[in-house]
Amino acid sequence: MHPAPSVIIFTVLSGLGFGLLTFLGLGMPKVTGWEAFFYFAIAYALAVGGLVSSTFHLGNPQRALKAFTQWRSSWLSREAWLSTFALIVLAVFGAAAVFVGVTIAPLGLLGTLLSLATVLATAMIYAQLKTVPRWNHWLTPLHMLTVSLAGGAIIAQQTTAAIVLLLAAGGVQILHWVLGDRRFGERGHTIETATGLGDRGKARLFEPPHTGSNYLLKEMAHVVGRKHAQKLRIISFVAMILIPLIIVALLPVNPFTAALATLFYLVGAFASRWLFFAEAEHVVRLYYGASGSEPPYQPSFSS
Amino acid sequence: MTLLPETTEKKLGLVIDLDTCVGCHACVTACKGWNTENYGAPLSDTDAYGGDPVGTFLNRIHSYEVEPKGGGCSQTVHFPKSCLHCEDAPCVTVCPTGASYKRTEDGIVLVNEDACIGCGLCAWACPYGAREMDPTAGVMKKCTLCVDRIYNDNLPEEDRVPACVRTCPAGARHFGDFADPDSNVSKLVAERGGIDLMPEQGTKPVNKYLPPRPKDQLQDMDVLTPLLEPVAEEPKGFLAWLDKRLEAL
Repeated sequence: MHPAPSVIIFTVLSGLGFGLLTFLGLGMPKVTGWEAFFYFAIAYALAVGGLVSSTFHLGNPQRALKAFTQWRSSWLSREAWLSTFALIVLAVFGAAAVFVGVTIAPLGLLGTLLSLATVLATAMIYAQLKTVPRWNHWLTPLHMLTVSLAGGAIIAQQTTAAIVLLLAAGGVQILHWVLGDRRFGERGHTIETATGLGDRGKARLFEPPHTGSNYLLKEMAHVVGRKHAQKLRIISFVAMILIPLIIVALLPVNPFTAALATLFYLVGAFASRWLFFAEAEHVVRLYYGASGSEPPYQPSFSS
Repeated sequence: MTLLPETTEKKLGLVIDLDTCVGCHACVTACKGWNTENYGAPLSDTDAYGGDPVGTFLNRIHSYEVEPKGGGCSQTVHFPKSCLHCEDAPCVTVCPTGASYKRTEDGIVLVNEDACIGCGLCAWACPYGAREMDPTAGVMKKCTLCVDRIYNDNLPEEDRVPACVRTCPAGARHFGDFADPDSNVSKLVAERGGIDLMPEQGTKPVNKYLPPRPKDQLQDMDVLTPLLEPVAEEPKGFLAWLDKRLEAL
């Protein structure tokens, strides 16, 4: 799949923002006044910044409010509602903490649950797609949840939670990569099932439908950068999991070490999310002659 | 509303005969023409005449080569592909705005372009590559089954079929109601063993494909073969003398 920057920025930053809000809602850390202001400002900048970024890949962003209408069937619509509810509930909770110095625990808990549900809804947008076998697995929501919460725990300076969540996120990330590599083959989608010509013999693409490229190839048959995938996985894992783990576990807990760990986490998370898209194979590639590790048709020239 | 209807009164769709299609791309052109000049945003070309032509199409013809299992000649299969108007259309349920919907009366899957935000999720959800985002209008385009032709009383009756069906010079495309077991398309599917594309995706496509008939096998030598023995390879008589003289020159 095409790794669109707007969607990568959105899922990473919003994920981190809602991860942080999850902890703030639980009163971890229990902050009031100016301290609370800074924590909530960071969380809202990340969550809202990410959500705004997500509208940049829309063809007609001026109609984005219509995305609230189909919550009964669409995870994207549910994400819109849940993120709005989470932001409103925690705005009240945050305002009470900042201006009145009061922590309304039940409201915080509700905000925490809504933040978790938002990250889950984001993940389900991808996990629901049968057409992308690598994503269509329960590990995808678990992956996005653990990555979000690990990042939130780092900024919230919750040492124990951060260590546990980073270990969990690392484990799930490796599983998601290793099992993901096999998913397409396991699903049994081939050029023969795609064309229905399998009972006749072995099919291969003789001629693509067009000499240039098209939306489908650009969007769903992305092949650029696959050769660096292993290196990027290592970079991602070291930056997102190992370095923050070392910083959180060994260095003193203060805002500076938290910021340092967050920076490394972000570099790794962006690499991980880039791979999440770039490595995901859509079944439509079969119609363009892809089979096994063979890439689909790509136009030989480009302007 | 992007919830799918439980049933539709009619199931309008296409039968595509892979045995008959000659891969001429006439249906591609007819489709592009009709759907650029009529319902909805035109199908734009971002580069129509350059070295890397790119544009939006609702119907595309792939060509495949099939190597028969038991050996023998490979078979070329021209393979038109457009929206299959699935009964369990995954493109409909993922739509956040309700722009993507399946009609209760005839099962046609359509996009309400005024409500489409151009997020592209429906194209991701479609296994068949049937939806393409128009880069100029920023809305999702897909086959409408020429909904503005098939019910159009202003057109002569023979034109009230999708443009691709009307134009196909080989008669490889058929339009009809799959809910009616006596319709032309239902009979074709029953007679020729019509198949679903990628059935393991569980989309229950309405459009069906008729598999190509197996190619004729090369039988034993023809009875006339002995009569076709090659004539003498070495020249004789005068020609032999001429041949030798010419060699000697």
